[in-house]
Order: sequence, then C-alpha cells, then structure tokens
Amino acid sequence: MAHSISIDGVDRHVGAARSRVDGPAKVTGLAKYAGEFDAPDLSHGYVVSSAIAKGRITAIDASAAEAVPGVVKVFTHENRPRTAWLDYNYQDQVAPPGSPFRPLYDDKVHYSGQPVALVVAEDFDRARYAASLLRIGYEAEAPETDLTRQQDLAYVPPKKRSGIKPPPGARGDADGAFDAAPVRLREDYRQAPEHHNPMEPHASTVVWEGDGRFTVYDKIQGVSNSQSYLMAVFGLKKDDVRVISPYLGGGFGSGLRPQYQLFLAMMAAQVLERSVRVVLTRDQMFSFTYRPDVLQTVAVAAAEDGRLQSVRHDAISGTSRFEDYQEVVVNWSGILYECENVSLNYKLAQIDTFTPGDMRAPGAVTGVFALEMAMDELAYATGQDPIALRLRNYTETDHTEDKPISSKELRACYAQGAERFGWQARNPESRSMRDGKELVGWGMATGVWEALMQKSSAQAVLTADGRLEIGNSTADLGTGTYTILTQIGADTLGLAMEDVTVKLGDTSLAEAPLAGGSWTAASSGTAAMRACREIAAQVFTLARGMENSPLANVDFERVAFRGGRIEVTDDPSRSVTLIDAMRAGGLDRIEAMGSAESDPGQMKKFSHYTHSAIFAEVKVDEELGQVRVTRIVSAIAAGKILNPKTARSQILGGVVMGIGSALHEESMLDHRLGRFMNHNLGEYHVPVNADIYDIDVIFVDEEDQANPMGVKGLGEIGIVGTAAAIANAVYHATGKRIRHLPITIDKVLE
Amino acid sequence: MNRFEYVRAGTVAEAVQAFASGAESRFIAGGTNLVDLMKYNVERPDRLVDITRLPLDSIEEHEGGLRIGALVTNATAAYDERVQARYPVLSSAILAGATGQLRNAATMGGNLNQRTRCYYFYDEATPCNKRQPGSGCAAIGGVNRIHAILGASEHCIATHPSDMCVALAALQATIRLAGPEGERQLAIADYHRLPGDAPQQDTNLKPGEIVLSVDLPAEDFSRHYTYLKLRDRLSYAFALVSVAAILELDADVIRTARFALGGVAHKPWRDAEAEALLQGRAPTREVFEEAADHVVRHAQPQSQNAFKIELARRAIVRGLTQAAAGTPQPLSDKRIA
Repeated sequence: MAHSISIDGVDRHVGAARSRVDGPAKVTGLAKYAGEFDAPDLSHGYVVSSAIAKGRITAIDASAAEAVPGVVKVFTHENRPRTAWLDYNYQDQVAPPGSPFRPLYDDKVHYSGQPVALVVAEDFDRARYAASLLRIGYEAEAPETDLTRQQDLAYVPPKKRSGIKPPPGARGDADGAFDAAPVRLREDYRQAPEHHNPMEPHASTVVWEGDGRFTVYDKIQGVSNSQSYLMAVFGLKKDDVRVISPYLGGGFGSGLRPQYQLFLAMMAAQVLERSVRVVLTRDQMFSFTYRPDVLQTVAVAAAEDGRLQSVRHDAISGTSRFEDYQEVVVNWSGILYECENVSLNYKLAQIDTFTPGDMRAPGAVTGVFALEMAMDELAYATGQDPIALRLRNYTETDHTEDKPISSKELRACYAQGAERFGWQARNPESRSMRDGKELVGWGMATGVWEALMQKSSAQAVLTADGRLEIGNSTADLGTGTYTILTQIGADTLGLAMEDVTVKLGDTSLAEAPLAGGSWTAASSGTAAMRACREIAAQVFTLARGMENSPLANVDFERVAFRGGRIEVTDDPSRSVTLIDAMRAGGLDRIEAMGSAESDPGQMKKFSHYTHSAIFAEVKVDEELGQVRVTRIVSAIAAGKILNPKTARSQILGGVVMGIGSALHEESMLDHRLGRFMNHNLGEYHVPVNADIYDIDVIFVDEEDQANPMGVKGLGEIGIVGTAAAIANAVYHATGKRIRHLPITIDKVLE
Repeated sequence: MNRFEYVRAGTVAEAVQAFASGAESRFIAGGTNLVDLMKYNVERPDRLVDITRLPLDSIEEHEGGLRIGALVTNATAAYDERVQARYPVLSSAILAGATGQLRNAATMGGNLNQRTRCYYFYDEATPCNKRQPGSGCAAIGGVNRIHAILGASEHCIATHPSDMCVALAALQATIRLAGPEGERQLAIADYHRLPGDAPQQDTNLKPGEIVLSVDLPAEDFSRHYTYLKLRDRLSYAFALVSVAAILELDADVIRTARFALGGVAHKPWRDAEAEALLQGRAPTREVFEEAADHVVRHAQPQSQNAFKIELARRAIVRGLTQAAAGTPQPLSDKRIA
C-alpha cells in the first residue's frame, strides 16, 4: 500500500471500520454543546428579530420589557457599545468581499429577521417574555427578494472571494460550435434556496473571567475564526479570549462564519462584565446564511455520436446587498468532460436577504445538478446510454487549469456502481418500467468535488503511562474527525485506540483551519501523523540509548511500533516498551508538533478532485404525483478511506441531503414581505425516515499523491449529483423533465 | 411566551369554573399545539386550566357505538382493538398524522381543537385575521400552496390541519360538550366552521365549553374504507389533500357512501350532493369521477395552489377505489394502494 500510517507499513486501525470514539459521550448526553456550558451568575440573552425586510427603525419602546423583574438590560442600536469602526475588522476568515453585517449597528433594516434588539435577563424565560413586550416602530420600504426580477442587474463580481476560483476564460468558440452542431439542447435549471438546519441551533456562551478576559463556547466550525473575529471587533488581545467548541450538532457550512449570536453575547458580556448565553430559536435559524437561489442555463451540443462540441453554462446567483457571496457553480462544466468549446459565466444579483453562504458542497450541488441533468437530456437526444455518453466524453485532464487530474477512478465508479445497481437491465425508454400502479425510473449522474488540503498543525503528547493525547483547534462536525485522528495516533505509535485521546475545538490547542471543504482529514490528519512520528522518533532515541538496549545499533527504519512496544521489525523478540523507554530517559512526557500543507510542486502539476457515480431508482404514482426514492447506489472515488464505517456514514448523510434537495427542501419566500415563511422544521421539509429506503455506498480503490496520506475527504461528495440522478430517474419513469427542484407533487402533476 | 397562572382541575365542573374566572383562559391537556402557539406569542392566555386529571380518559361502549373520552390520547385511540375492528378509518387517519411522540401526548379533545398550520398565523411579524382580527390575510397572494381551495373567504384561506377530524367527519361522529350552561352535543359537521368574516373562530364551541367525548355511531364501516393522505414528504407533514372514505356495498351497488376531505378547507370537507351521486350506483371509476368532479366544481385556487384542485379530484377517485376494493391505504408501506 502506498500510503501507510504505521512506521512498519502495517496499519491496524487506519483503513479499518471503527466506531466513533465520541459516540458514547453523545448518546449519553455527556457531550456538551455551546449552549449547554454553564457559568456562575450566567445571564441569558434573547434576540428580537426584525418584522420588516427593508427600511428603518423609527422607535423602540423598551420600557415594558425593562420593567419585567429579572431583566438586566435591553440592547438596541441606540445604546450599543462602540465596536470596531472599519469593515475590515468584521471580515472573518471566509467572508466574501463586501461590508459584513453588523448587529445593532444603526437604525437600518437590511433583511427580514435581522436582529434588532437583545434582551438580557436572569433566566431564559424572563428574557423571552420581556422580548415579547418590546414595541418597535418601523418605516418600511418595499423589499426585492425575487431573483428573477433582479437578473437584468446581474454583474460579474468585481472582487473575487478568497479561495473561490472565478470561471476560467472561454476556450474555443462555444456559441459558434453550438450553432454548428447537429444535436443541441439549451435549458434553464433552478434549485430552491435551502437553509442548513443543523439539529443544534446556533448558540454562544460567553463566560466573563474577570479583568476583561473571556472564555467563549461557540457553535463554530473552527474556533480560530471566532477568536480572530472577536479580537478584531471588540479590541481584545489573543490572551483575553479563548474559544472552545468541542462538539457540533451538525454544521453543513452554517458554522463557518461567526454568526450574530456570538457578536451579541460578547457585546453584552463586555458591557455587563458578566457571563451571557445567547441561543437562537429554530425560527431564527432562518435569519442568516442559506444556500442561494441560482438561475442557470446550460447549453450543450454534440455530434451524432454524443461527442461534446460545445458546453455553455451561465449562472446568476443571488447575494445580499452588502456582500458579494461567491461559490463555484459553473466551473464543473469545464472540468468533468472533454470538450473544446466551453464558455462558463457566473454573475451575481442582489436581493434583500442576508448573505447566502457555503452549504455542503457549495456551488457543486447547484451547478453539477444542472450539468448532469443536461447530460442526461443529451443521452436521450443522441440515443445513448447515459453512462456510455459520459465515457465517450471522459477526460483525465482539468482543462480549466490545463493540468492532469492527480487521480480519477471515475470509470471504476461507473462500472462498480452500475453493476451493484443492475443498470444493464434498464430499458432506456422512458415510461417503460412499472411496478403495480407505479412507474419505475432509473437515473444516474456524476459527482465531483475538490480534494483540498489546508495549512494545519497538530500537537501530540506521550505521557509516562504510555498514553497519547493529540489535539488541534479544528472541529468535528459529527463526521468522525475525533475517530480518525485516534486511529492515526494509535497506528503511528502502536497503541490501542483506548490509549489515545483527541482534543479538538479549542484555541489553546495547535492552530488548525476551519472544518469545511472536505479538507480536514487530509490537513489535520497529516499534521497529527507528523506530530506522532516525531514522538516516535524521540521515544525510539530514548529506547536505543538505554543500557544494554535490545534496540542498540538498530535503525529507525527497521523498527515497528506495536502493542505499546518498539520492536525490531524482523525480530520482535528484541523490543522495548514505550513506558520503559520514557522511564529510562527520565521523561514524564514527550511533546511534539506536526504541521502540514499542500505541496506546491504537486499543486502546480496536478488538479485534485474527488469523484462519484450515483444511481437512483424512483417509483412514481403518476396520478397522484408521489415520488419515492426506493434505491440509491453511490460509488465514490476519494483516495484512501481511513475508516470505512464513518466514511460510509458521511456518504449516507450526503445522499439523504441530496434526496432532500431533490424532493423536499425549499425555503419559501414571500416576495411582498421579503421573508422566508416556512421557518420551522414542521414546514421546512427535510427527509424523514419514511422517505429513505436502500442506500448502498461503494468506495472504489484509488491511489493518490495529493497529500502524504492519500486521502481526499468525504464531507461533500455524497451530496453532489444525487439530486440530478433522482431527477433523471423521474424523467425515465414519467417522461417529464422537472428542471426546478424540489420535485414536489404539484410539479409531477403539471 | 407570556406569564400565566396555572390551575389544575379535578372535575369537569371545577374545570369549567376555573376557566370562567380567567379573562383569557385556555384548557390544556397534551399541549402539543398550545405550547407551541404560546412560544410564538400567538396564544397569550392569562390562565391555563390543566384538565389532564379529569375522568375523561376511557373508551366505552355507548348505544351500540363507542364513546371515546376527550383525554384519551391519539395513540391509545388508534391502537384500541375496538376502534381498529369497527372504525379502522379513524385508526388509520390518526396514525397518518404527526409522529409517535406527538400522538402519545396529544388527546382527542386537543386534536379537535388544534389550530391551522398557515405560516402567517404562526408568524406574528405578518398580518393574519385569524391571529389578529382586522389585520388582513397575508396568505392571499403570498406563500399559499398549502392553503384552502374550498369554503375560504376574503378574510382567511387557512385549512384545518387534523387527519383525525377528517375520519370523524366521514363517520358522522358526535361531540359531547360541557360548559357553563350545561351539557350539549354537536354533530362533527357543526363543530368546525368556515372562516367567513370571523376567522378567529375555528369552532362553534361557546366560551368555556370543554369536550367530554367523541361518540361514534353504531354502524360498521370495517370492510370498505380508506384514509389516503398526500403530502410533501412521506411522514410528519400535513396533508396537501387527504380523503377519508367509507362505503357500504350491496353486491355491486353502493348503498351508503360518505367521504370527507382534509387539507382543502377550514374544516373537514363533506359534500352531501357528491355522496348522493354515488348512492345506488355501481362502484366504477366513472361514477367516482363524477362525484369527484362535483366536489371540486366550486373550488377556488389561490396564487400557488391550483394543483390542489386536480389533486383533490384524483385523491377522491383513488380513495373511493381503495375503499370499494377493500384495499385501504396501508400505513407502513408508503406506496399508494
């Protein structure tokens, strides 16, 4: 195996299915989340949200609220403390270009649900009651939240968002080739805006430690982002604010940027010199970031044999009035297939909502859905099997960067996925398959996501009792980061998993990036492995230096770390325990740091992507419009799989979320009010158990050199393409192309 | 949520009396809807009268039918052997609604009195005549794909969200009440009302009246019935359209036909003329379509819910077909029978 973690090349835990090490704490309630930490004299803040979407606040009467016994203070724009002046200070690590929203800044209302006051009281119930007594006068203006009415004002963002590649320049002549091609398709695609809706609502508990020092428990996908934001906005020194976030009840990207409850809790704590907790309600979870509405047009043209002659993908994405949020929507259409004439265009148009944000596979969910539906339409137009069409246009090169792709086992995904699904039995004709009253449809699509690595560090400590602790500041969103770092530590030093503890989500630990972009396993995993290898080298030196050491004159390359011992690889009878080595060296602990970042040479030479092939079976009661997704096979090429059990769970979650995109999820705007109306989990529909049938996950073998462990990340690839596979299956079943998600009963009946 | 007084009543008389001594009293049992509404500031009672200790939690034989106490939980009623054997349409309707946890807490009386799920009704930042009479109806011209197509008014287009009540309408249940002026009975058809110009009133309950029981008639509809519910996901979603249908067939002739619709109006919707069209006819698709066309003949769509008219028509046909064939919609298999 090209990539092994163990010094001797034989991994015991890495690559094997292991249960989550944080599982018992989570199911027994011992795991604490941001809104559950307590402090002496803790006060509680309740957010009051704007009733209008645009305009200004003319008056706030807080007298009745302030008169409620137990109310500590009502904060509004009229009495807020001064915070940093420049926009720059409010721009967090992943902020798009623009002027970030500042809570309680002035009397202007920018969007519906904007926080306009914070009521702080001795307990939550009093704060909530007092909040209901605030009387707020507004001068309302008509909002514009309908993207279709703003598209004429769309513009190419003048400033690019850091880390987001703008579309590449055109190659060839897409429009000319389109007109000249024998088979031509041009269609509009759209996916409804979605809200992330993690189980755990956003919350911050700011603990006043005295002397202007704070410990902050925040729901965030990377504590360093909250810490630097608080330092810049509130003028705090790094030593004055420690941010801790050991667990998240889901994030999906909603926890990448510090959200307004963090600002409000810190503001109140600083003024009151007292600990404050602010937890958002489920309704308020619809009052900040969301997956944007995007208007897309895809035009594809091909020769009679299906060879692509032209691909043009245009997208207009909604953003707020104050920030130019950007994600990669159209570039995928220049990456996935071989085509000489490609034109990719991405614009923004402003509406009166909060700034949209990254939501699981941001941009790819949207853009790949459109492309992969267009490819299915092209398969029908050229009379080809959808897999055959994709293989005919297969490429090993990323033409948007003119670089080979480091590894791309997508052919194996198609082949193994098709076999598991039974694709060869498919009758290509739509409406040709039936099961009782239901039409049966089989559809497929390709998925793609970037395989990224970020600069990261990790610390490791081996103590005299033979126990290892690994830590850094990244987050485990529930994906299994605690578990894979435990496996890596255990294999590097030859320990049992029980002897390894992992600590995450604390700014006092080694610095690591936000958990997002599917880069955590590669980045923090590599840093942790290197820290542990450094410890291995040090403890080996101690062991070899022992009097009459059995390892005397043995090189590091010739030993194995197994069962708490260092052994000579080809003579295990010669060994020293880690505990004895440390005792002999007179050490209580050995500490080491490891760091990782992507190799510039490798980055310059190759593009790095994760791929998948998704196969979906739907059953449609056409008369009544009901669609059931009865089977999904998702075949994934993501490099080395560190833990097949947590890996599978990640893909299952991505697929379920993809089913949600396809059939259920839709944040419904009332454009007259500029307000998302179905702001609760009763009316914002995510899939429930009854909607989920068989999901089969395959990991195909893939060797990759992108990073020292050969991993590519799994957080996002499970969702990309899933909705397209389902929509394509609905077409196969019914003969109806539904290009506007979600596919609800009304659209099937149309 | 506002501050309120809490009292627990031991008898019906105590409950009625305790209710009368508050200015804005509410009875509370399971609380699955009321507590949400209080958190949203939609309901702001000054006094909660806890009725969970009243002796109204049994299911008894009554005049050949069943009397189901107001405090019997939805789960208990749905799984009661007598209900399952004699009124399977009721059992089926209850189990099509909410979730196991909610059904364990929710009561018969509470289900009758649950309030609409109109987005605007729950959102105090928006106008709503039902929440705040005279403020207007924002659902008209707004996000209204879940709203009414029958019996709505210019003041309100909300629907009644219950599944249970749709089955009770088809079964012609009787609701027994007690209040300051004594006991009385209301036919289920007269219990809920259409919005008209007073949408703040969901029912014809008089102030301070409490539900004692739901009485089911002594008829047997265990052979030809169905409860068919169409919604945006396969569980835990309110009906876009639902149909409770019960038939009595004599050889190949329909002797009795009763069906009610959920999700389409401010109350469970029955159409006596459409039912009469079925009487004495053969249970064929054409006959069912005739009845369905009759029901939707006066349907009025809103800006986003025109599809519900056709969906209601098709659901009626399918529901009657399921009932006639003796193949009711199963609850566990989400495939539509």
